[in-house]
Amino acid sequence: MDQLSLLGPFSLTVTELTHYLRQLFESDDVLQDVWVYGEISNLTRHTSGHIYFTIKDSGAALKCVIWKSLATRIRLPIQNGMAIEARGAIGIYEPRGEYQLYVSAVRSAGEGQLYQQFLKLKAHLEAEGYFDAAHKREIPPHPKKIGVVTSTSGAALQDILNTLRKRYRLAEIVLAPTAVQGFEAPSEIAGAIQRLNEREQPDVILLARGGGSLEDLWAFNDERVVKAVYNSAAPVITGVGHETDFTLADFASDLRAPTPTAAAVMATPDSSDLSASLNVLQTRLQNQVENICALKRERLALLSRRLRQNSPLWQVQSNRQRLDELAARCSRSLNNSLKLRRAGFEGTTQRLWTLNPFATLQRGYAIVTDEKGKVISSSHQVAVEDKIKVRVSDGSFGAKVTSRNEPSQEEAHRK
Amino acid sequence: MKISAVPVEQMNYEQAFSELENIVEALEASQTSLEEAIALYERGQALANRCAELLEKAELRIRNLDENEENPLLARDS
Repeated sequence: MDQLSLLGPFSLTVTELTHYLRQLFESDDVLQDVWVYGEISNLTRHTSGHIYFTIKDSGAALKCVIWKSLATRIRLPIQNGMAIEARGAIGIYEPRGEYQLYVSAVRSAGEGQLYQQFLKLKAHLEAEGYFDAAHKREIPPHPKKIGVVTSTSGAALQDILNTLRKRYRLAEIVLAPTAVQGFEAPSEIAGAIQRLNEREQPDVILLARGGGSLEDLWAFNDERVVKAVYNSAAPVITGVGHETDFTLADFASDLRAPTPTAAAVMATPDSSDLSASLNVLQTRLQNQVENICALKRERLALLSRRLRQNSPLWQVQSNRQRLDELAARCSRSLNNSLKLRRAGFEGTTQRLWTLNPFATLQRGYAIVTDEKGKVISSSHQVAVEDKIKVRVSDGSFGAKVTSRNEPSQEEAHRK
Repeated sequence: MKISAVPVEQMNYEQAFSELENIVEALEASQTSLEEAIALYERGQALANRCAELLEKAELRIRNLDENEENPLLARDS
């Protein structure tokens, strides 16, 4: 081994070297995002909230840090002796010259392998058409019978029943209790779905399970469950685990709810919405009947007006008026004709009167006759001392001729 | 429109609501005699009351798939 020259170019400080190494690590893609598998030891939860531990296998150990921000979010209950897979970036803690893994995610060991299986089975089932959107059925809006496939011991069932009690109590719930995790779970779940369809013909089936680890939910990634969901006559709503959990049953179901509670919500209408639409319908009923009545009333008024105009009473009144009119005309014309006739009669009487010889007497003329009644119209018919009779307008008297004159020249001439 | 002879007390929500819908549509759509309109209205009110009653008073019925009787465990919880 060569002696190190004491006159080398120059020395780095420890800080400089460590800094150099840190930069080297940070520029390496593999070291910046890596999954590491190992068993936890020396776990320390610091009061600051950060978690420090070491993961190791038979050959090596790696210091790890989980910052508080992540520590509060991870669901995995990590503890000493637990085999985990941790993801993160390798960095250097300079004050101690230690490299360590700054953890960004953890999962229990085996989950990685399960996830690979999951992806493989998902691709396989997808290729066979089990997740086809075209196969998905509509969820009936008002289910009368709801099948529920879940464990009777879990919170999921109580969540579902409480939600249904609040929202929609008109449905009948048929519960098919099954294990929801463990070796028997997939066949029990598949069998329950099948029996529900065969015996009960529910309108919809809820397949539910509360939250858990990937292994806990594994039954819902089983091919038998996926096929039972796909082949179910009734549409299936899945509500498995939490919002972030997706199982293969979710992909095969007709509707995927993020939680059991959400599945119950999606399966049923809200009673208060139903009440509202019932009220709308009732108002329409009321209004329509009022409209019809108003319309009928209007037509009735119109008709009764027309009826009154055609009633016998109206006729009688109308006839009576006409009669009065005729009577008036009649009496007018009768009067006229009487007047006319009277006028004619008086005229004729007048004319007759003027021709009556006695009428002349009234004007002072007299008719003179001899004793025998012969009219004396000439002086030659009488002699002096003859007795004559003089008739005037209101009677007659006797007279004696006292003298007689020959007709005058004038009178003779006129003749 | 012909009025169903089924007594409203025997109808479920769906049936009653659907008949109520039909009645309202019939009243709105066609010329009905007054007598018929009043009969439809009375039937409609009865149906609406039935629906409201069902919504308010119904109790969730729960039973197990493999038993015909109500699950006593679940009944106690409710």
